[in-house]
Amino acid sequence: MQAFLDIFDIYLLEAVINGILLGGVLALLALGLNLIFGVIDVTWICYAELVMIGMYAMYFLVQYYGVSYFVAAPLTILLVAMLGAALHYLVIAPLLTAPPINQLLATGGVLFVLQSFATVAFGIDFRNLGIRLPVLAFGDMNFSYARLLSFLAALVGMVAVYLFMTRTFTGTAIRAISQDRQIMALMGVDTKKIYLITSALGGALAGLAACLLVLQYDVHPFVGLSFGPITFLICVLGGLGNFIGGFIAAFVFAEIISLGGLFSDLEWGYVLAFAFFIVMMFIRPAGLLARRR
Amino acid sequence: MMGQGRLAAWAVGLAALIALPFVYRDPYHLHILVLILIWSFAYTSWSMMGRFGLVSLGHGGFMGIGAYVTALLWNHLGWSPWIGIPIGMVAAGALALIVGYPCFRFRITGHYFVLVTLALSGIVLQVITATRDYTGGSLGYTPNRASGNKLLALQFDDKITWYLIALGVWLFGIVVWHWVDRSMARYALEAISEDEDAAAAAGVDVTAEKLKITLLSALMTALAGALYCQYQMFITPDTVSGIAVSLQMVFAAIVGGLFVSLGPTFGAVITILLAETLRIGFGTKAVGWDNLVYGVLLVLFIIFLPKGILGSVLDRLKPQRKVPRAHEQEAVQIARPGT
Repeated sequence: MQAFLDIFDIYLLEAVINGILLGGVLALLALGLNLIFGVIDVTWICYAELVMIGMYAMYFLVQYYGVSYFVAAPLTILLVAMLGAALHYLVIAPLLTAPPINQLLATGGVLFVLQSFATVAFGIDFRNLGIRLPVLAFGDMNFSYARLLSFLAALVGMVAVYLFMTRTFTGTAIRAISQDRQIMALMGVDTKKIYLITSALGGALAGLAACLLVLQYDVHPFVGLSFGPITFLICVLGGLGNFIGGFIAAFVFAEIISLGGLFSDLEWGYVLAFAFFIVMMFIRPAGLLARRR
Repeated sequence: MMGQGRLAAWAVGLAALIALPFVYRDPYHLHILVLILIWSFAYTSWSMMGRFGLVSLGHGGFMGIGAYVTALLWNHLGWSPWIGIPIGMVAAGALALIVGYPCFRFRITGHYFVLVTLALSGIVLQVITATRDYTGGSLGYTPNRASGNKLLALQFDDKITWYLIALGVWLFGIVVWHWVDRSMARYALEAISEDEDAAAAAGVDVTAEKLKITLLSALMTALAGALYCQYQMFITPDTVSGIAVSLQMVFAAIVGGLFVSLGPTFGAVITILLAETLRIGFGTKAVGWDNLVYGVLLVLFIIFLPKGILGSVLDRLKPQRKVPRAHEQEAVQIARPGT
């Protein structure tokens, strides 16, 4: 009996730590989406599809053109950042005065476009980078380097965004706009430019997430659907546009998925996370950290 | 109220639709027509609440429940779809109430409502996939062929029967649409979609009104799912539930026009014909092309023609009668708190 408990505890600890590692990447995704929402007041339903395009970019750069991973990563981030800016310029900008739901549905259309573009261009095969990182054994627990690396890179990315937002003039302007959309235009801030920069930044975060996720998952046109919904739930649970709430919610969700996966299949982890989300909507409808009005 | 002329036009059109399969028997074209009718019914069900600013991406979930509950009860317990379909509808309705009540009670609108309902269709999709021992998971599920009474099993081999069933259900959907259109609930819901606080101040029970229309919409969507399952005799989580199906409903309803009764039907005709044409035109290379065109069209429609094709055409035809109501200016308007 004692031996059984020991093993069980180790699995539990391993699942908890894996949950934290998963939480890092989810937090990165949530940060990008929250940034877009907080500043432009738009939800990019197609956010995970940007990540998917980024994963394909990594795949082709590394596998087809033989570019080294660390050179391909900045290129991918740049590409997805440009994609984010283009998405804003082509789709969101003409709809800025339209009701929010129309903006949301338009990005839903972009979701279809990106998904089917990938299907048409790359086929529906599962592809992977072919990089197999070693597994780190720590005591009796095993962690993949890929997850560890992703977690650290996600943290670095988030700190970089934090510094950008607090230490630079553009970052300050972005934060100011998210507080008051109308006044900042009167204060001489070029909102159009700030929106474009924010979209590019959100795209860049998606690109970074793509570089990290491609280490752990195969890429296929519908890969976005496997972590897109969960990203939205994290943002809603944390409070849309609330960076710290999103950060905490990402880890809560990651733990639920990881621990749920320990006791049963991975899908049940997701089901539990979704159910938890709906229960939380009853208790804290405006997000985890929302002040009660 | 419906004028004498319009009533006559409806009657003639309906008679022509009923007579059609007896005159024209090409099985492929009848198959397309049945699909159009079933999906039209689903899209009409969606726009019942969509037209009042309640944009749901959870309808894929309701449709999936209707389809899977009916099929599972038939295969595992041997319960006839005549019992299974009502049970599936009740299950979908219960889920709609469970999710809808907190949403409406706590004033979850706009982005939040869309994302909560998105979670709903995500849950249904994951549950279907996770219970693969019973549902077949993502490989799909086939109801057992009936050995005895075809009527009891609601399985028919000829397209004409299915065409008439689908036509009846579609007509039922249109009638319900008009019934809501003429009811007091419509005015209450329009008031809510313009300004929730003002509507509440005017004595509208916001939560109850929203719950009623959501329940109605969910029940009808589940029925559409069950019908689709009985007709196709094969369902996968991706074809009847999930976000893609939900977005497809929104897309078709918006292309056709949300605010006219035949708008969603028109949307179904356009999208299904488009998909079929692309599929035949491109052959096996078409994988993905139809959705690519879908997506581009959806974006263009929302930017340039937010009232949909039929809605815009009807506006063009009778500009003198139409006093534009604020909530019909855009595809969907949402009551935003604090504005």
